[in-house]
Amino acid sequence: MGRLDNKVAVITGAASGMGRATAIRFAGEGAAVVIADLNREGGEAAVRDCRENGGRAVFQKTDVSSEAEVKAAIDRAIDEFGRLDITFNNAGLGGALGPIESVPVEDWDRTFAILLRSVFLGIKHSIPPMRKVGGGSIISTASIAGILGQAGPLVYSVAKAGVIHLTKTAAVELGKDRIRVNCICPGGINTPLLHKHIPGGEEVTKQFLEHVQPIPKAGTGEDIAGMALYLASDDSEWVTGTAMVVDGGFVARGSTMGPSVFDVPTQWSGPSFEKKFGR
Amino acid sequence: MGRLSNKVAVITGAASGMGQATAIRFAGEGAAVVVADLNQEGGESTVRQCREQGGRAVFHKTDVSSEENIKSMIDRAVSEFGRLDITFNNAGLVGMLGSIEEVTAEGWDKTHAILLRGVFLGMKYSVAPMRKAGGGSIISTASIAGMRGGFGPLAYSAAKAGVISLTECAAAELGKDRIRVNCICPGGINTPIMGRPTAESEASLSRAQPIGRAGHPEDIANMALFLASDESEWITGTSMLIDGGFMARSNTFGDMNTAAWHARGRYVGPSFERRTGK
Repeated sequence: MGRLDNKVAVITGAASGMGRATAIRFAGEGAAVVIADLNREGGEAAVRDCRENGGRAVFQKTDVSSEAEVKAAIDRAIDEFGRLDITFNNAGLGGALGPIESVPVEDWDRTFAILLRSVFLGIKHSIPPMRKVGGGSIISTASIAGILGQAGPLVYSVAKAGVIHLTKTAAVELGKDRIRVNCICPGGINTPLLHKHIPGGEEVTKQFLEHVQPIPKAGTGEDIAGMALYLASDDSEWVTGTAMVVDGGFVARGSTMGPSVFDVPTQWSGPSFEKKFGR
Repeated sequence: MGRLSNKVAVITGAASGMGQATAIRFAGEGAAVVVADLNQEGGESTVRQCREQGGRAVFHKTDVSSEENIKSMIDRAVSEFGRLDITFNNAGLVGMLGSIEEVTAEGWDKTHAILLRGVFLGMKYSVAPMRKAGGGSIISTASIAGMRGGFGPLAYSAAKAGVISLTECAAAELGKDRIRVNCICPGGINTPIMGRPTAESEASLSRAQPIGRAGHPEDIANMALFLASDESEWITGTSMLIDGGFMARSNTFGDMNTAAWHARGRYVGPSFERRTGK
């Protein structure tokens, strides 16, 4: 008896990192999953992993900056699996980097389109199908960068703060529909969004991240998946409007990740699977 | 395979309410539980219900304002079950009521002895056995009252804010020992803290937050289970809000919730053109 038996989830950014770990976990607990991502190769591998874990899954190519494609990912859940119970607005990227005076306004807009506007679209289009099944759980990936002033690039941080507040305001509005809206604030998680910038990649980043927070371990996609599972399951049916911090104690200690991680010779970061280092 | 198989937990205030629900849930997931409380009758009922769930449990009469009692309840876990993995500092009371001029220094001290000092003592005596076990999970009950003024009595609220800060400080210190320290901030939960729960208290609490039902002890037990289990091994220093959306709404502009703003038209601005919608 899985903790998500008979539930249907759409997860954006599920071709890698935290989204992929969550999709696999959800599938193992009985959910059917729509893997929504730009990265077809990674997405189809995630589908295979979900099926190996005993769950149903399909890949839907999705650019979360497109309203039509966000809606299509949700429609795919209905067409394929008959309903929608859980939406995890997780797709992300580093976005505009560098000092504030040199950030082009187009890069600000694009960063917001992917990190914040997409979350609004995900919430908006989840409401009718969730009302139909008497409720649901909408989860979004925010960040400790949305809480602290120096835990991420400037534009990213502001967009993530927006995700936290959008979570609260939408939660107030949707409580009467039994649709709960929460977000997760990860700390330093060893995923491509971060490690593609560090020479030495995943292994070197893991060692670096071991020292930035009280618990001497780098965060993993599985740490986030565990919290996403709690929020997706009926155990959290009375939990809404929250920002759940999963960070090894980083915020509690009140220190910064230091400027070095984001001191990279590039202006733009993302999406991670394309391994782009600047334009 | 339970989510807390082979783990040993001490829970204060486990004779009723949230502590009782948590003890029973933990036992059902394979934990052995020390039910620590002043209330012997309620405590022994909790022990019976834990055993009905298939878990081991014992009652230990405990006054959390006594340092000796706190040390003794931790020792009981180790002597009875061989180790300590989880401490849930949950025992509570409403404490001294009244306006700031009416609150006495003695009433303040008694309230804080239970709600804050008792939590400090619970954490302090958990460290040694948890280090021995290679890590552990310390959970404390804070409150929405500790997050903002106006959601609880004065002395209670200040103590609960202290629990949140103590949680962060202890987490920063104990991370290297793999001992994680978190707290839960409940909203309006229908428990005996305010007197025996009734249909009236259920109905009145159901109107207090966006999700239209009162909070139940099981809502807290579910989060305590997550924090006690290995799934949360990288989570520390946090305040987990379990409140049906209460804090998200907190103050309303009179009756205007976010949907009510919509009633003024689809778009508002700029004001100098005196437009009230497109």
